[in-house]
Amino acid sequence: MKKIDFEQLKHTPETETLSILDETGTIVNEDLVPELTDEQLTELFKQMVWSRVLNERSTKLNRQGRLGFFAPTSGEEASQIGSNFAMTPDDFILPAYRDVPQLVQHGLPLYQAFLWSRGHVDGNKYPDDFQALPPQIIIGAQYVQTAGVALGIKKNAKKTVAYTYTGDGGTSQGDFYEGINFAGAFQAPAVFIVQNNGYAISVPRDKQTAAPALAQKAVAAGIPGIQVDGMDALAVYAATKAARDWAAAGNGPVLIETLTYRYGPHTLSGDDPKRYRTSAEVDDWQRKDPLIRMRKYLTDKGLWTTEKEQAWEEEVNQEINDAIKKTESIAPQKVSDFLKNTFVDTPPTIQAEIAAYTAKESD
Amino acid sequence: MAKLSMVKAITQSLDQEIKRDEKVLVFGEDVGRNGGVFRATDGLQDANGADRVFDTPLAESGISGLAMGLALEGFRPVPEIQFFGFVFETMDEIAGQISRTGHRMGGSRKMPITIRAPFGGGVHTPELHADSLEGLMAQTPGLRVVIPSGPYDAKGLLASAIRSDDPVVFLEHMKLYRSFKEEVPEESYTVPLDTADVKRAGKDLSIITYGYMVRESLKAAEELAKEGIDVEVLDLRTVSPLDEEAITATVKKTGRAVLVQEAQNQAGVMGQVASVIAEKAILSLEAPIGRVSAPDTPYPFSEAEETWLPNKADIVTKVKEIINY
Repeated sequence: MKKIDFEQLKHTPETETLSILDETGTIVNEDLVPELTDEQLTELFKQMVWSRVLNERSTKLNRQGRLGFFAPTSGEEASQIGSNFAMTPDDFILPAYRDVPQLVQHGLPLYQAFLWSRGHVDGNKYPDDFQALPPQIIIGAQYVQTAGVALGIKKNAKKTVAYTYTGDGGTSQGDFYEGINFAGAFQAPAVFIVQNNGYAISVPRDKQTAAPALAQKAVAAGIPGIQVDGMDALAVYAATKAARDWAAAGNGPVLIETLTYRYGPHTLSGDDPKRYRTSAEVDDWQRKDPLIRMRKYLTDKGLWTTEKEQAWEEEVNQEINDAIKKTESIAPQKVSDFLKNTFVDTPPTIQAEIAAYTAKESD
Repeated sequence: MAKLSMVKAITQSLDQEIKRDEKVLVFGEDVGRNGGVFRATDGLQDANGADRVFDTPLAESGISGLAMGLALEGFRPVPEIQFFGFVFETMDEIAGQISRTGHRMGGSRKMPITIRAPFGGGVHTPELHADSLEGLMAQTPGLRVVIPSGPYDAKGLLASAIRSDDPVVFLEHMKLYRSFKEEVPEESYTVPLDTADVKRAGKDLSIITYGYMVRESLKAAEELAKEGIDVEVLDLRTVSPLDEEAITATVKKTGRAVLVQEAQNQAGVMGQVASVIAEKAILSLEAPIGRVSAPDTPYPFSEAEETWLPNKADIVTKVKEIINY
């Protein structure tokens, strides 16, 4: 008698990982090398160096008590900067809490990112035309919002996209499925980026799901999914640029999974990665470092030198010094302002509280 | 003037608001072709197009997230949660996201979203359809919770909610949808948010209530009138934030208060009303505050709901107790 073969049914096709620039800085996929000018390639790498320096300085500033919440980004530069580099200022970004580098490159002044870290509302006051939400704290909440922004873009007949980030753990959330499914059902221009850095705080990727690849989750939503070497900025850029153009052209959303790694702890609020991963594993990933291979690639092309990098690092350090100084000069927050911003049309109960707190604050 | 049921008044208001403002979008599960499971959106898709009135996939968090995203793109979303008991599926998008966006972004973004949902007991629904969960919403800063008690208010309050630049949870009691009709002007009008309304003037005692319990309270007042007890009935209409002035005024006028809610007693809207009275009108009280609420259990299985829900008889008994204190 013939039997239904569930073992056969379980297996989804092997997912290929898109790779363009390998660990040695060699192009391994000539056909898909993105069309970037020398200036653009240099700018992409400069942003990656900027992010690495920002990570190091943010860690120190946090230890000095000058910054608050910080989720380290070192190791994820290709994934973060490479994807963001494919977007335009008119595209709408919905970042998660580790995605501050993209938000700043998208247009948020650095001092505001620092204010957000310190827990000051001025960090989240955005001009009307800034296409962004502040970093999302609830894992996955931004995915359903992205479907909404994307549907709005479609209804407004704009040729832009909404793009968002979450991690490997985020793909286990209901909101992840609802977001990609809604965007698929409405054929809305959204690019969903999963930065798979191997761990949701301490829980490894293989404990999140039986799915062999997170990119395969796109299959159930009926949308394209692609897995990319997340340490390869050219591959991440190429995939994101193609996804962006595909979505903006009215073909519906795309899911991108980047395979990446965070060298540091989950956040600087007490996480000790030694409890859940080995230093050998970290060493393995550091050999795949996104900056090393891009630096080699650009140097071979004659676009980059050690002197240029030193000068650029100095510039970035100065930018950070200026930003933190500005951050520290911002006036403290007032409860009366919180009350004023709770409603647009302030009800009498809140008006009474505003009066009470204003009186207290002028004491 | 035509007499309309509350559900028809709601449909009319939605239709007028869709036509009045091209940014208004009505969406949810079954709201399109089917016109909603209660027919609250009946005919709206045909009249206004599937761009403006449309079905969504079946996921409440997705629906609220969609609303938030659309608001960021300049729309004025009016999503429907099919039954308010399903709100647990989308508590984060409502209480963690939409309602705090103004605060989170220092007033640089607004969320002009009206989340409509049927709720309330007495119509023999399965579990988690009938619960009165407005207390959960009322504790959420940045959110208005509006509950009409009849067709006229429903139409005008819904128009105000949709035109408001703040998020509103607009709860429609299922038992009120078709149980009675009222004269409702054909033309568009608004009833102000944040204001309670005296539904029956009286001098001996104030019943403060909202939603379907306004009907039970008015019936109780008629019965009590026959015994010479002249009851005032104050309909809160917006249960958060409260119209403290109206609450204080009625208590100062009558000197006695019975607080009636269909929700369980613990930590509900009327707990806050009692607090307002204690703070602002306690010296006017001639008797303790009376409470009529549901028992502190989860909403009962439907065959038992008549014995569980507060009703006219409970209100009459409590009013007499407070009058005779």
